[in-house]
Amino acid sequence: MSSSTEFEPKIIAFVCNWCTYAGADLTGTSRLKYATNVKIVRFPCTGRIDFLLLLKSFAQGADGVIVSGCHPNDCHYTSGNFHARRRWIAFRTVLDLMGVDIRRIQYSWVSAAEGSKWADLVNNTVADIRALGPYAEYQKVAEYLEKEGFDEEA
Amino acid sequence: MSKIGVFICHCGENISATVDVERVAREIGGMEGVAHAIDYKYMCSDPGQTFIKEAVKKYGLDGVVVGACSPRMHEPTFRRACAEAGLNPYLCEMANLREHCSWVHEKSEETTEKAIDLVKMLVEKVKKDKPLESIKVPVTKRALVIGGGIAGIQASLDIANTGHKVILIERDPSIGGHMSQLSETFPTLDCSQCILTPRMVEVAQHPNIKLYTYAELESLEGFIGNFKARIRLKAKSVNYSTCTGCGACIQKCPVKKIPSEFNAGLGTRTAIYVPFPQAVPNKPVIDRVNCNYYKRGACKICEKTCQVGSIEWDKEDEIITEEVGAVVLATGFDVKGTDFFPEYGYGKYKDVLTGLQFERLASASGPTFGEIRRPSDGTIPKKIVFIACAGSRDPAKGIPYCSKICCMYTAKHAMLYQHKVHGGESTVFYMDIRAGGKNYEEFVRRAIEEDTVNYVRGRVARVYEKDGKLIVKGVDTLLGGQQVEIEADMVVLATAGVANCGSEQLAQKLHVSYDPYHFFAEAHPKLKPVETNTAGIFLAGACQAPKDIPETVGMASGAAVKVAALFSNDELVREPIVAVVNRLAPPLYSTCVGCFMCETACPYNAIEHEEIKGRDGSLIRTIARVNEGLCQGCGTCVAFCRSKSIDIQGYTNEQVYAEVMSLLND
Repeated sequence: MSSSTEFEPKIIAFVCNWCTYAGADLTGTSRLKYATNVKIVRFPCTGRIDFLLLLKSFAQGADGVIVSGCHPNDCHYTSGNFHARRRWIAFRTVLDLMGVDIRRIQYSWVSAAEGSKWADLVNNTVADIRALGPYAEYQKVAEYLEKEGFDEEA
Repeated sequence: MSKIGVFICHCGENISATVDVERVAREIGGMEGVAHAIDYKYMCSDPGQTFIKEAVKKYGLDGVVVGACSPRMHEPTFRRACAEAGLNPYLCEMANLREHCSWVHEKSEETTEKAIDLVKMLVEKVKKDKPLESIKVPVTKRALVIGGGIAGIQASLDIANTGHKVILIERDPSIGGHMSQLSETFPTLDCSQCILTPRMVEVAQHPNIKLYTYAELESLEGFIGNFKARIRLKAKSVNYSTCTGCGACIQKCPVKKIPSEFNAGLGTRTAIYVPFPQAVPNKPVIDRVNCNYYKRGACKICEKTCQVGSIEWDKEDEIITEEVGAVVLATGFDVKGTDFFPEYGYGKYKDVLTGLQFERLASASGPTFGEIRRPSDGTIPKKIVFIACAGSRDPAKGIPYCSKICCMYTAKHAMLYQHKVHGGESTVFYMDIRAGGKNYEEFVRRAIEEDTVNYVRGRVARVYEKDGKLIVKGVDTLLGGQQVEIEADMVVLATAGVANCGSEQLAQKLHVSYDPYHFFAEAHPKLKPVETNTAGIFLAGACQAPKDIPETVGMASGAAVKVAALFSNDELVREPIVAVVNRLAPPLYSTCVGCFMCETACPYNAIEHEEIKGRDGSLIRTIARVNEGLCQGCGTCVAFCRSKSIDIQGYTNEQVYAEVMSLLND
């Protein structure tokens, strides 16, 4: 395990129930090891994921985010992953324009048969985010917005 | 304040070996809203479940979190236990401490802390859970079977014999499928038509089966137990209620040179035709593409011949709607043509045939009445070469899979040839012999040993014509890669079995998934081979992957049992994981603004328009409403909704927000 001085990023994974959640189950069944930093939140489909929740996560202290679902054409609901992909492409452009560090969002597809891909995805994302360091900038912006009353929901 | 019970499982040592389960229970016990937290060796065991049930009653719990294995494993178990104790089952959630924690991390402080985080997350979610009631939907006890080959025939008969109505549709003018084209069947060499045609007649006469030939599925709407199928009845141009099937029109039809589909292009047929003598129904259709009258506006000889006036020139396609509760897909497969193989002459050589064409040559009902004769000059081939794996197991051709039936039918073909052409020489080029099946290996050995078929292990590089002979150039890998050249009179390619044409479009109409080769995908490769991922739609036969007759029949009966099991219920219970549009008191009614973005996002057409009317009947507003029978709970609409008016039960915005925040605010 890492030494206590090393930065341990907080990463949240937003995954669909049918492919990536099952894939992560397979990682467990196969006893493949990966870093403890990532915690999975289960959704029925990546199409369900409201990307504003990603920004909320950053505002509240997440250093990185993984979004992962079924491969194209594999969606349990036929087209949810296509909606998510389209949304991600648009969202990524807007975020980039706004100055949000989009390297902190890892968008991927992991099928129910790809247990080892899930382990690699987690380990690589943890290494990348660790190299980037804490995402304090976004939290500061969010705090300011909250204080000034721009963010109604917080 | 909530009263939540938390139950941490050791899973023997599967969890407790790397996670300090006692510490997890202790720390979670101190959380706000947690009334009771324990750990136990096997939570899913009888005593474990009893702990939960007793705690629900003793502490009056209003939520339960079980930290154990994956919810994909035991969520139903624990929800049932809660329901038995009187707690709404949807107030029970699972934290995945095994697959997502103890199995993937080493024993350490961090692992235990992650386990605590995972449980906390679900505790926060449970606080926002609402009791949900299962959705009950009625079942239409009538099945639709698509495809009238042996798979569809078997499935239809089995379902019909359980007492339920069946609608069988077939796109060709007759049922029977590929099996009706076969000469003899392995490994018994009994005649294919002799075992099939009685079944075909049984289908036509069964009181519970409604047969539509020359018909195709136009669209399918609805959901398990409640499908609405629109079926296109293609115009046959012959009135079947008056036609006696005498066949006079067929004899008089002047257009005689159309390649016969039934004879795999080796024979010809007329424009008004019955595909084969044993067809069911045994009445003709007019092929409008080739008929003189439809092409040029004159002829009508069949009309003059017909004694009962059955010809209907102006008949149009008709679309009917049938309500069904389940669908069995039995659309079968196709084989690659010889034109797919440049190395074997692109289909230019008349005496290079596919296995299916050889079947027709060998069949007593075929164009040569069962004699093996060359299509080019009608002579009997003295030397014949069979090439197995033509296309199959060849990633370069885009068909990396094994077509499964070719090893067996090639052995059968070689055997039939030896039986029919005395003194003939047959050679089989093969990669491996895959004869897995009852009496299959013995059958292949018989071909080699008793019928002296020459088996050469190796690939054929080229086939070309020279002086009326087909020169087959190959290699014998068992002789150290020695080149082999055979002057053959006929070459038969065991061409790859591929998905039937139109299978991709059909899959999209039905919302079933398909594999990269356009075969329909089963729900689970081992445990759900006849189900699809779409509830209420089942698979039978070679539309799922190439397979032989016994396997197809077994699968068709399996699908029929699944349908019968479904029809044994008067109502179906569905998980209430569906989207709902919020409703508020007047004058707001709902925060929905009626933009219907959700409608464009929904893959199931589950969004309806609800009109809110005043007492005088005047329209106040139109808002979205979710048809909970149609909704499958993907939640795509939720992410789309601009006014956050639609939410999905079980994964509400509030719930997922609480989960995420519990991970961050500490």
